[in-house]
Amino acid sequence: MNLIVISLITLGVIGCISAVVLYLAAQKFKVEEDPRIDEVEAVLPGANCGGCGKPGCRNFAEACVKADSLDNLLCPVGGSPTMAKVGEILGLAAVESEPMIAVVRCNGTCEHRPKTSHYDGARSCQIMHNLYAGETGCMYGCLGCGDCVAVCKFDAIHMNPETGLPEVDEDKCTACGACVKACPKNIIELRKKGPKGRRIFVSCVNKDKGGVARKACAVACIGCSKCEKECAFDAITITNNLAYIDYDKCRLCRKCVVVCPTNAIHEINFPARKPLTESQTAEVKPTETLNA
Amino acid sequence: MKTFRIGGIHPTDHKLSANIPIETVALPKQAIVPLSQHIGAPAQPIVEKGDHVKVGQVIAAANGFVSVNVHAPISGVVTKIDTALDAWGLPMPSIFIDAEEDGDEWLETIDRTPDLNRIYKLTGKEIIKKIQDAGIVGLGGACFPTHVKLSPPPGSKVEVLIINAVECEPYLTCDHQLMLERGEEIFIGISLLMRALEIEHAIVGIENNKKDAIELFQKIANRHFGIEICPLKLRYPQGGEKQLIDATIGRQVPSGALPIAVGAVVQNVATVYAVYEAVQKNKPLIDRVMTVTGESVTRRGNYLVRFGTPLADVIAQAGGIPENTGKIIAGGPMMGRAMSNVNMPAHKRTSGILIMTEAESVRREPVNCMRCGKCVEACPMGLEPFLLVRQAEMRLWDDMEQNAIMDCIECGCCLYSCPSNRPLLDYVRMGKATVGGIIRTRATQK
Repeated sequence: MNLIVISLITLGVIGCISAVVLYLAAQKFKVEEDPRIDEVEAVLPGANCGGCGKPGCRNFAEACVKADSLDNLLCPVGGSPTMAKVGEILGLAAVESEPMIAVVRCNGTCEHRPKTSHYDGARSCQIMHNLYAGETGCMYGCLGCGDCVAVCKFDAIHMNPETGLPEVDEDKCTACGACVKACPKNIIELRKKGPKGRRIFVSCVNKDKGGVARKACAVACIGCSKCEKECAFDAITITNNLAYIDYDKCRLCRKCVVVCPTNAIHEINFPARKPLTESQTAEVKPTETLNA
Repeated sequence: MKTFRIGGIHPTDHKLSANIPIETVALPKQAIVPLSQHIGAPAQPIVEKGDHVKVGQVIAAANGFVSVNVHAPISGVVTKIDTALDAWGLPMPSIFIDAEEDGDEWLETIDRTPDLNRIYKLTGKEIIKKIQDAGIVGLGGACFPTHVKLSPPPGSKVEVLIINAVECEPYLTCDHQLMLERGEEIFIGISLLMRALEIEHAIVGIENNKKDAIELFQKIANRHFGIEICPLKLRYPQGGEKQLIDATIGRQVPSGALPIAVGAVVQNVATVYAVYEAVQKNKPLIDRVMTVTGESVTRRGNYLVRFGTPLADVIAQAGGIPENTGKIIAGGPMMGRAMSNVNMPAHKRTSGILIMTEAESVRREPVNCMRCGKCVEACPMGLEPFLLVRQAEMRLWDDMEQNAIMDCIECGCCLYSCPSNRPLLDYVRMGKATVGGIIRTRATQK
């Protein structure tokens, strides 16, 4: 009996001393953390995708709390609504940002871009890119091994087995930019999603001269600059035989899509065009035959 | 018999084209001469469209110390300076020369007689200058400018010159045949290099599957002072610079260091022949011997090819591309790479063309790694390929750098020895290229 009492008292005393030491240590080495970091982290999507440029959501929250303004901070996954919530917590003005989406700028399907060789090495675009120009005559186009699919954390990009090209799932894509970094050919670009998801882009990155590009791929941009002339808003520029549409200037008039002789300009989510009236067909036809 | 200590494999040597005399390939109608046929800065063109050039004339000048001149391989008129596609479909800036008449009008200064010239009248410095002007690079495959190798950095001392006559790559026989036909010239070339380096000892490393060459060289060596013939046991990759140093003089080059760190300079036997031609005959590097081989090739053999000749012409002279061809490889089966464009011109880098049938070229389906460690055993650089591959897959470039990925010589022993058919070399090469890029950017940022 005596033994039990003694041990209880001893353990109790040790416990008390330890508690006091621990309390003092906790006071002495206390880490002051802004409680707002937790709050901000709670409103972030929590995907830890790295799209913001920070290693994870917690680091992004820390950066937000430390920052004086939210100008250069954007969670691409959450977009404007999330940044507004973050701004509310921190009492800062959130920058309005338009939702973006990853766009695959290559339309070199098997029928448009015939294969000239067969690759049987490890299935990785990066490896293939280090070895040679690719299975087709176009050294700029999609290699089709799916490095972009492998890095996507949101299951938003998939290879289409029929075309051999990746396709972005509009609902799932968060524009984190992982696929943009993974693509060794720099084909994928983050572009504005546009009103109602409507957008126009040049689906080609071939910088070869027109003849060479056309020989390798039937739907390549040949740098003919017809779209540049047609655009009333100066949104299209041609550099190195390749047209590029500036999404900030583009007003989605779709005129460039019609004039492109190789169908390299794509329109997404637009309603079907009205059939052309007779006068319009007369206008369009002569130019088409001239350049055919 | 001597060999190197770490790793290595022994593939069947398939020397199908051995002992076939060197045949000259007809001159092309148009020669495409790439400006970058070497490691280092590309040469600067010094001719313009419409200029007439003679064989051996400098058409592009070296751009810096680690760079070499490029010479006209045929005589004719320069039609354009544009990009041509290399064997892998990538652009390379080149000079296009259209042949005039037979395209074989040489510069008068070049001695074209077949007579041996044994008279040494130049000093070491003059020899190096001559080698530099003649555009000579290491013809073993890496194409590193030879004059850079012959100019050791201050503070380092060259003790021995090692001649690489190993030709450990299966199928290739061009060096072997060159040794049999131009033995005397090669020995004069070695003496010239010894003069240039101011040393009195050279070792010629020859693998034991070339018994006739060893015999011939031993006979000639008796008449030359300080040149020793070292027969080596068959083992791949013995022709690797560091492996050859270990095999011949038993010294190991530290990680990241150059052979000069152990007092050795290694030169390929074909380079030595080019040195002889440049110094004694005034002939710049405008042609080389290539092997065209493969089980299905009808006229396989060793061909003397003028640079700028499309490889398709060379293959045509060797009997054309057989019907059941699966892959055409530039170089040998271990280090070579399959080509996607046979219209690439021959240049300093092209050491051989290997045509493989469909059945031979099939890559077996890879299965999971079973951690057997065969790749570690085979790696001649003492690396751990399975680990490097895992890190390359996960894009851990820093870890790869720590595991000495830059020491990899891309010999392919790991892939050859893998029982799971894993594409080890593919990943290791990709990792090496990426890490190399990271290191270069870091160096420029500093």
